[in-house]
Amino acid sequence: MERVPVLKIGDILLVSIQLDMSDQTAVQLQDDLAERIVSTGCHGVIIDITALDIVDSFVGRMLSTIASISKVLDAETVVVGMRPAVAITLVELGLSLNGIRTALNVERGMELIAAARPDEYDDGEGGDEDADDETTDTR
Amino acid sequence: MTTGVDLGHPQAQAIQSDEDVVRVRQLVRTVAVASKLSLVDQTKLVTAASELARNTLVYGGGGTAEVAAVDNGRRRGVRILFADDGPGIADLDLALTDGYTTGGGLGLGLSGARRLVDDFTIDTGPGRGTRITVTKWSR
Ligand SMILES: Nc1ncnc2c1ncn2[C@@H]1O[C@H](COP(=O)(O)OP(=O)(O)O)[C@@H](O)[C@H]1O
Ligand SMILES: [Mg+2]
Repeated sequence: MERVPVLKIGDILLVSIQLDMSDQTAVQLQDDLAERIVSTGCHGVIIDITALDIVDSFVGRMLSTIASISKVLDAETVVVGMRPAVAITLVELGLSLNGIRTALNVERGMELIAAARPDEYDDGEGGDEDADDETTDTR
Repeated sequence: MTTGVDLGHPQAQAIQSDEDVVRVRQLVRTVAVASKLSLVDQTKLVTAASELARNTLVYGGGGTAEVAAVDNGRRRGVRILFADDGPGIADLDLALTDGYTTGGGLGLGLSGARRLVDDFTIDTGPGRGTRITVTKWSR
């Protein structure tokens, strides 16, 4: 079974789904993420689905479950990069993606997470992460 | 409603594992692209196929998908037959209700797939297995 890699970037876990996942791979990702949130203490998860050409009810449920699990573990999840055709199809399928925050791209997703946790990201009072920027990131 | 004429041989894919469900998605995508379905229609059809292939595996105990390019004289399209020799569906109206599941899913596979395609026919009954045919036409 293939596995989706989970990257730690600063205080955020980034998952970029690059393959057509089997159901087993999707469930594994759910478990891996829960474990990484706890082991890293990260407070944000970004799931980039730019490369996904469909989201069916199984993957939709996985995204909702990840969002719920991360909330319980004190982390925010943002799903980014949903293609327009996927969004249209999800609505007709009847999937509401309840409780899932979405953003256009990774950069916007990071802004959303930062806005949700002003304490950690704005004034760097904790002192461990000081690469704060008022300027615009280019990437 | 016209059923259309097969163009060439339908392509069959066994559905016996998670990975086979992925293969069904990929086969349907290939035929949908060749049949010139729009991107949104491709996405809808592949999503419906993913739901029905998973049902064939999980509830039907495995089976097959047959994917064919079709032409009704006016439009091209893609037709898929999902067949299994599983327990069949006793109460079809109930099974087609949004949110109804006997397996802990979201209960959107059958009902959602029906919304996502143009033609949806189902032949099932207790002890008779299940045969579902779906067609998506180019616009
Ligand atoms: N091929 C099949 N064979 C037997 N029962 C099926 C089949 N497909 C669907 N069903 C029944 O219909 C119900 C609804 O299916 P679906 O809408 O896909 O929801 P879910 O897969 O989330 O349960 C299933 O829970 C199952 O009881
Ligand atoms: Mg289903």
